[in-house]
Amino acid sequence: MVRIQPAIALARNAWRGLTSMRTALVLLFLLALAALPGALLPQYSLNAQRVQTYRNQHPILGPVLDRLGFFDVFASPWFAAIYLLLFVSLVGCVVPRSIDYARQLRRPPVATPRNLGRLPHYASATCTAPPEEIRTAARRRLRGWRIAEREEPGGARSLSAERGYLREAGNLVFHIALLGLLVSFTLGKLVGYEGQVIVLANGSQFCNSGPLAYDSFTPGRMVDGTRLEPFCVRVDSYSSTYTPTGQPEQFRAAIAYQGREDLSTGTWHPYQLAVNEPLRLGGTRVYLLGHGYAPRFTVTFPDGQQRSAVVQWAPVDQATFLSEGATKFDPPGVTDDAQRRTRQLAITGLLAPTAVFQGSLLSSGFPGLLDPAVAIDVLKGDLGNNSGRGQSIFSVDRSMVDSGRLKQVARSNLRPGGELTLPDGTVVRFDGVTRFVSLQVSYDPVQLWVLGFAVLVLGGLGLSLAVKRRRFWVRISPAGLDGTVVELGGLARTEAAGYGEEFDRIADDLLSPWQQRPVPTGVPDQGGVSDADRSGPGVLQ
Amino acid sequence: MPIDPVLASYSDLAYGTALVLYLVALVLHAVEYAAGRVPVAAAAPSTGSQGSVATLAPPEGASRRGVTERIGRSAVALTVLAVLVHASSLVLRGAAVGKVPWSNMYEFTSAICLVAVGCWLVVLYRQRSAAARLQRLGGFVLLPVVVLMFLGGTVLYAQAAPLIPALNSYWIAIHVVAAITATGILLVSGVASVLYLLSTRGGSQFAARLPASAILDRLAYRTAVMAMPVWTFAIITGAIWAEAAWGRYWGWDPKETCALVAWVVYAGYLHARATAGWRGSRSAWINVLGFGVMLFNLFFVNIVVAGLHSYAGV
Ligand code: HEM
Repeated sequence: MVRIQPAIALARNAWRGLTSMRTALVLLFLLALAALPGALLPQYSLNAQRVQTYRNQHPILGPVLDRLGFFDVFASPWFAAIYLLLFVSLVGCVVPRSIDYARQLRRPPVATPRNLGRLPHYASATCTAPPEEIRTAARRRLRGWRIAEREEPGGARSLSAERGYLREAGNLVFHIALLGLLVSFTLGKLVGYEGQVIVLANGSQFCNSGPLAYDSFTPGRMVDGTRLEPFCVRVDSYSSTYTPTGQPEQFRAAIAYQGREDLSTGTWHPYQLAVNEPLRLGGTRVYLLGHGYAPRFTVTFPDGQQRSAVVQWAPVDQATFLSEGATKFDPPGVTDDAQRRTRQLAITGLLAPTAVFQGSLLSSGFPGLLDPAVAIDVLKGDLGNNSGRGQSIFSVDRSMVDSGRLKQVARSNLRPGGELTLPDGTVVRFDGVTRFVSLQVSYDPVQLWVLGFAVLVLGGLGLSLAVKRRRFWVRISPAGLDGTVVELGGLARTEAAGYGEEFDRIADDLLSPWQQRPVPTGVPDQGGVSDADRSGPGVLQ
Repeated sequence: MPIDPVLASYSDLAYGTALVLYLVALVLHAVEYAAGRVPVAAAAPSTGSQGSVATLAPPEGASRRGVTERIGRSAVALTVLAVLVHASSLVLRGAAVGKVPWSNMYEFTSAICLVAVGCWLVVLYRQRSAAARLQRLGGFVLLPVVVLMFLGGTVLYAQAAPLIPALNSYWIAIHVVAAITATGILLVSGVASVLYLLSTRGGSQFAARLPASAILDRLAYRTAVMAMPVWTFAIITGAIWAEAAWGRYWGWDPKETCALVAWVVYAGYLHARATAGWRGSRSAWINVLGFGVMLFNLFFVNIVVAGLHSYAGV
């Protein structure tokens, strides 16, 4: 017993501390601060290659930052810790406030203060009309306000009116929706996936059969890659238009797709896939992310056998689409592995969609496919694809070149149709260029929930910032032969300024019809007058 | 869509003209500020000399105030004119290219300045009763505007050009306008908070000429309160657009992250205003910090940090 109580007290204090406004404020700043490295440092989730570059440039700092999660901020434990604490703080703040608000809604407005003259807004007048008439007029004027009427000692009557309850409602909606937003965002990350794939724009197909169909696939934690939405996409052609200066104007892929039902019937539906116009199939979306060029080479081996290949090369200059890559061939009909590994071929080099030669140096003058050419090296030997090291489709394994097992045997610039003969009699022909598109498939079944909560966040915020919670009191005291003394008081309960104008308006409406001696006083809310102390008209004299 | 070079050059001309007009208005406001409503001690020096008393001595208080008032009012009139010219520069650029005129950093910065000055004029109009006091502050709003527009017209300047495909969506009219509007208003808010901080320091002649700090504080708060839902809206519509353009509604792209950080800082500002012990200077600092993050997001993230938003074209 004795030991439990301090524990409870500690827990209670921790809870109070955590749910106080001040803690929320500090946590908000921590969140902002913690998110910053995510914007300033390269992130694995955005571009793993840039992280590697950064690590290479900062051999000491890089690995340390990496260990601490600075290259994956939004998946790091410390970032999660901050937003979980904020989450708890938010819950602890919202729950009691909601209960309190529900109580307030059932309670009548608070009783009229004894001395209205002390309030920030005050007016009074002695009127000729009988109290009853004034009371009715006041109730009429205060329609839309919550009103409680009270009998006071000494024969006076008072009205307490309050308005602007929606402010707190909006505020609660805002905070609760923020919780919903966080939860549905996280849920989406768990059950969704994203995959990228490159498809040649020559009638090639992609089918969403499983993670292996993709070039890269990022599943949520609860996605095992079975049960993906079944569909196929066929990319028939691709076109891009540019201004004469090479600025892109439009990217568009003519595709056809088969949804779940069409797969059995074999029906294809045509669709124009463009940037900003994804294909939506159920909860799955297909995007056109990028494009590029794939040269087609045909190799005629000395024994007369031919092999052709179309492999995408990577654009290295986004402005001119100068691309580089490697197209690899195995010698046909060679069954002995050792033999094969002395006669593999790789065609590497540059591809320019619009060739510009400086001497024999190839570059590209324009991103569109106007006058393509390639500048290639042909390498022969062991490509190293048995070495167990990962192979890039865009380059050859440099270590094979360095160790002399892969040798350059020819170099040339070729236009479409151009040929090159290797010392052993093999002929390499550059047939032409095919376009490819890079597609992204995204699946997030809860993203509409996120949107719904975001809209609630916005609505709640708007309400809580626009609505003013304010109180208005009327005291009507019979004053014998003089008539009736009416006193008005007002108090804005929230930040939002400007209640003064409204108060003056209501006071005027209430008092002027019967007014004998107006005594409007009080501190105007506009504030504009309150600096008179500093630069009043008399200062210069 | 071909570009109309004549309209484009008129647009540039209007931009330059607006900048010059702002600059003149800024100078007039500076004169007004320096000469107007000087507390007694400050007026003393110029009365000392003998020979030229007739011309140098300050005229009697009321009429001197009349002169500075008039200088200030002509500054405001010039500002109104400049806003019209400035707006026409954007309209002409839009017409020259047949697209929305806020698709690169030059145009974006220009539009932000337009909103900021517009917002300032609205504030002056709505605070007519206190306008004389606020009017003097015009120069402090015009100063960052002139600097931004100068940078925009030189470093960031971009030829009129059509939209790139990624920007070719009706969301550019919604998301970007919201971002511009919020940023423009927050600029005014940030200026008000800076002035608030100066006014609470007190002591100097400069600070003594500022309006009461409560007025500045309220101006900062009211503008921030107007901008916050707009900024929220800008982020939400940005996410909706990203869902269509980039394949996900939120991907921690540097621009997105920074926008969220700014949002969180402004949320912090609003909270601070409701937290005992954080009102006043502390919350004003938060507001200034918030605008700092906005500027950082606009310049540093666009120019230095590459991200999906970096097509913004410098
Ligand atoms: C993700 C975290 C949070 C964000 C982004 C956030 C954001 C906001 C924003 C933008 C407002 C402005 C609305 C207004 O001024 O009425 C607000 C108000 C408010 N928040 Fe939060 N909030 C967060 C967490 C919390 C927490 C944890 C608490 C409680 C400890 C809290 C308590 C309040 C209160 C009491 C107000 C009303 C202030 C007023 O009346 O001006 N908030 N919040």
